[in-house]
Amino acid sequence: MKTNDVILQTATKVVFFIIFLFSIHIFFAGHFTPGGGFVGGLLTTGAIVLLLLAFDLKTVQNALPFNFMIVTAIGLLLALGTAASSLLFNIPFFTHAFDDVYLPLFGVSALHTAMAFDAGVYLVVVGSTITMIQTIGGDS
Amino acid sequence: MEFVMAIIIGILFMAAVYLILSRSLLRIILGTGLLSHGAHLLILTMGGLGGTSPPVLADGVTDYADPLPQALILTAIVISFGVTAFMLVLFYRTYGEHKTDNMSLMKGNDEHD
Amino acid sequence: MDFVLLIFLPVLAALFVPFIFRKLKNVHTGWFVFFVPVLLFIYYLGFIRLTMDGEVAVSELSWIPSLGISFTAYIDGLSLLFSLLITGIGALVVLYSIFYLDKNREKLNNFYVYLLMFMTAMLGIVQSDNVISLYLFWELTSISSFLLIGYWFTKDRSRFGALKSMMITVFGGLMMLGGFVLLGIMGDTFSIRELTANASTLVGHEYFTLAIVLVLLGAFTKSAQFPFYIWLPDAMEAPTPVSAYLHSATMVKAGLYLVARFTPIFAASEVWIWLVTGIGLLTLFWGSFFAVKQTDLKAILAFSTVSQLGLIMSLLGASAIMYHVDGTDTAIFKFAAFAAIFHLLNHATFKGSLFMIAGIVDHETGTRDIRKLGGLMSIMPVSFTVAFIGSMSMAGLPPFNGFLSKEMFLTSMLALREFELFNFATWGMIFPIVAWIASVFTFVYSFYFVFKTFAGKKKKEALPLQPKEAPLGMLISPVILATLVVVIFFIPNIIGDMLVKPAVLAMQQGLYTHPSEVAVHVSAWHGWSSPEFLMTLGIIGVGALLFLTMSKWQKLYDIQPAYFSLNALYDSFMIFGESGMNRLSRFYMTGLIRTYLLYMFTFLVLLTTAVLFIKDAFVVDMDSFAPVSAYGILTAIILILAVCMVLFAKTRLAAIIALGGVGYSVALFFVIYKAPDLALTQLVIETVSVALFLLAFRHLPALKNHGESKGFRFGNFVISLGVGIMVTLVALSAHSQKLVPSISQYYKDTVFTEAAGGNIVNVILVDYRGFDTLFEIAVLAIAGIGVYSMIRLRLSRKESSDENK
Repeated sequence: MKTNDVILQTATKVVFFIIFLFSIHIFFAGHFTPGGGFVGGLLTTGAIVLLLLAFDLKTVQNALPFNFMIVTAIGLLLALGTAASSLLFNIPFFTHAFDDVYLPLFGVSALHTAMAFDAGVYLVVVGSTITMIQTIGGDS
Repeated sequence: MEFVMAIIIGILFMAAVYLILSRSLLRIILGTGLLSHGAHLLILTMGGLGGTSPPVLADGVTDYADPLPQALILTAIVISFGVTAFMLVLFYRTYGEHKTDNMSLMKGNDEHD
Repeated sequence: MDFVLLIFLPVLAALFVPFIFRKLKNVHTGWFVFFVPVLLFIYYLGFIRLTMDGEVAVSELSWIPSLGISFTAYIDGLSLLFSLLITGIGALVVLYSIFYLDKNREKLNNFYVYLLMFMTAMLGIVQSDNVISLYLFWELTSISSFLLIGYWFTKDRSRFGALKSMMITVFGGLMMLGGFVLLGIMGDTFSIRELTANASTLVGHEYFTLAIVLVLLGAFTKSAQFPFYIWLPDAMEAPTPVSAYLHSATMVKAGLYLVARFTPIFAASEVWIWLVTGIGLLTLFWGSFFAVKQTDLKAILAFSTVSQLGLIMSLLGASAIMYHVDGTDTAIFKFAAFAAIFHLLNHATFKGSLFMIAGIVDHETGTRDIRKLGGLMSIMPVSFTVAFIGSMSMAGLPPFNGFLSKEMFLTSMLALREFELFNFATWGMIFPIVAWIASVFTFVYSFYFVFKTFAGKKKKEALPLQPKEAPLGMLISPVILATLVVVIFFIPNIIGDMLVKPAVLAMQQGLYTHPSEVAVHVSAWHGWSSPEFLMTLGIIGVGALLFLTMSKWQKLYDIQPAYFSLNALYDSFMIFGESGMNRLSRFYMTGLIRTYLLYMFTFLVLLTTAVLFIKDAFVVDMDSFAPVSAYGILTAIILILAVCMVLFAKTRLAAIIALGGVGYSVALFFVIYKAPDLALTQLVIETVSVALFLLAFRHLPALKNHGESKGFRFGNFVISLGVGIMVTLVALSAHSQKLVPSISQYYKDTVFTEAAGGNIVNVILVDYRGFDTLFEIAVLAIAGIGVYSMIRLRLSRKESSDENK
């Protein structure tokens, strides 16, 4: 079946980045306003699913040449590492630390180790959902 | 409103169990999907539906909705997605191997136990 | 050095055995294993000086220090004697096995790992102070025995024998554990030393007799006493080194050790004395009587082991009488304990050598069937000499050590007539009579074993192999043991002072304070008119007569039909157990998932509803309800409609979309109830889920009913209605009563100060309850891997199997 989906493809190229940027925003805003690693990760997944709908599996795989299993693994390691890093300072597992730090361009920002943990969550969510979708989609 | 919610939860569980007990594999998957929705709403209702503002800090607000059930449900939602996806694949792989989705035909035979 | 750690030396060495076996193919693995028991034996020899002074060595390994649980090993005379037996016989057996088991054909890595595991377990039994750790080691010996009997696991008889020994000894072990627990309750401690010290306070306790029976069940099963002995003959399927080691010298003596060790605690009881002495004597007679029936060399030895274990057991029982007499009477009864330990030692030497000879005969002629054997004397002179020494010792003839302990056994049995308590005055005469009859049969089977094999006509054509004398290395161990048999006869009192008396001291704590107080002097000659001498003369006379006329009366054994035996009882019990259990579980395990779900849901509904009403927990607190909102009602209606669509959908596409509809309306609920995070997540998840379902769409079958009847659906409906109502009730009452205040308030108060966040839900996820989230993403990752492997790995396997075609 041959369909003409030029409009969908063109729109997707724009919309993908909007959703993706929004997901990044939601991820970073998560600590103070609704959002966080789960929602951010799922939104990113949604964006990629949109790409998959508009184009085919091969094109998306070429455009995003990651092995998403490895993304999952990195995410898990990041989360576990953040949780375990407190052990180095002889404080109980999973104790988070935070401080206000001056960063160039951003000004005074609150930095929080929970953010790193949340990034781990984000990566695992993206990695495993995309793995599932890619493998199911690729099953002939 | 809790009363209405309790009834809805009951209906969700009932539909879910009914589907899970059926012979068609696809209905079982649908049933587990409904079951997880029911469970999420159950947790939410247990904590109480009061609270006038979302559990996000804001000046001058004291009456937040209960954040704990929400946190529990959030994890549950993502898990149930993973489980549904897993079951879906398990299901269609089973179908592919055995060429049937009739649960009453899928039983271990006597030589294999 | 802490000797408690040495218990684990064999099992540590076992870790290296498989590597050595793999890497060094040219050297027999046994040579490496050999050093372990030798080193331990030499080390334990150093304790003799200590125990000769009546001292005890204690070594502790703190195990769970926070709970005060430690593993305590202690060595007194009894433990030391057993430790020396385990390591000494162990070393000889390993040496023997090096020549018995071919290094190229046998799975030596398995064999030696099991053997070393057994060594640790056995050392653990005899050195444990805590009854629970004793029990653990006890079961470990059962397991290693199981593995060793089943070593040639391709043979049916091996597997059968292994299972039989396991069933019986583990049954006994569990009973014994029960006895230990009762002891722990009675004495408020699990330490054997403390229990022994408080023995007098335990006597009157209501559990006392029950504990005795349970502990004795453990001892009797392990030491193959009547009627549990039936596993031992079948255990002879094990390689001969194993039979010599586990099934004659050490493991079967664990029961004797247990009885000896608990004598100070239980000796006050009449039940104990009667059971131990009576069962022991019965076993002695039974074993010796049926040994003559056997035609397999190892079976003869197995029955003789059963009988000899019974002999020692009866002596142990008789030794408890010492706790009931005082004054001049002690002079009569003091021999039993000494004789028990002394015979235990002697039996290990002569029976070990006999087993090794049986193995040699099997190895060199290819058969153990005594009917095919004969006249091997001239071909295998060294083996014959060893077998002759061992058999004569077993028969109780001088100048071999068996003679000495047999004489002391007769003395002890005769002494039972003098005992006045517990009805012994009336029944005491039975003991020496049974002992005498059993000794006659012992004499007969000893002669039967050695002369039918080595004397008489040569029957070379009946043998599978051309017989020849065994290689030198194989003969070393039996020759050493046979030498000991003779040496002990000439120096019994030195051995007595070094090993036996310290063990007697440990066995009869409270009666002596120093080994030298055990006033027993072993002498070979009791005088012309002593009853022992006359009894021995009688044994030799009648025994010789019976042996010479054996072919005439051996047929008598055939009178007993095969179905009327203990073995048949065991077999039918096992068959009944297996088929009965099978039928029982087939009855409710239908193999259909639906049946199991039905059980689960039914019980869930019944239990929850019952608890809800029995506990009076169903409360509805209308006041705490939030007001009904119009949006809420509207969403509820949408949701119910969507659920109905899922239920009644005729096509899969409609069902999937309706399921999505349910998800979106749930998301609307989240919006209404002030849960923005949930609403967002639910929306995106629902979208992705629908995409997922559509991706999998082409793999899915069409919705079918598969002939579900009306009745079938109605049953499902009833169950699901029950679940629905139950959940509704639970939801209402869970909302209406809070037994403890919610932790949510703490989160709300500290979210900014403690965690520097504003979104409480997110802070709970990543900070307060980070563990949940960590494991949750792990689950998600596992689900991803699961999906991946179900699809991708299958494909790759299919391709590779195609290539193989």
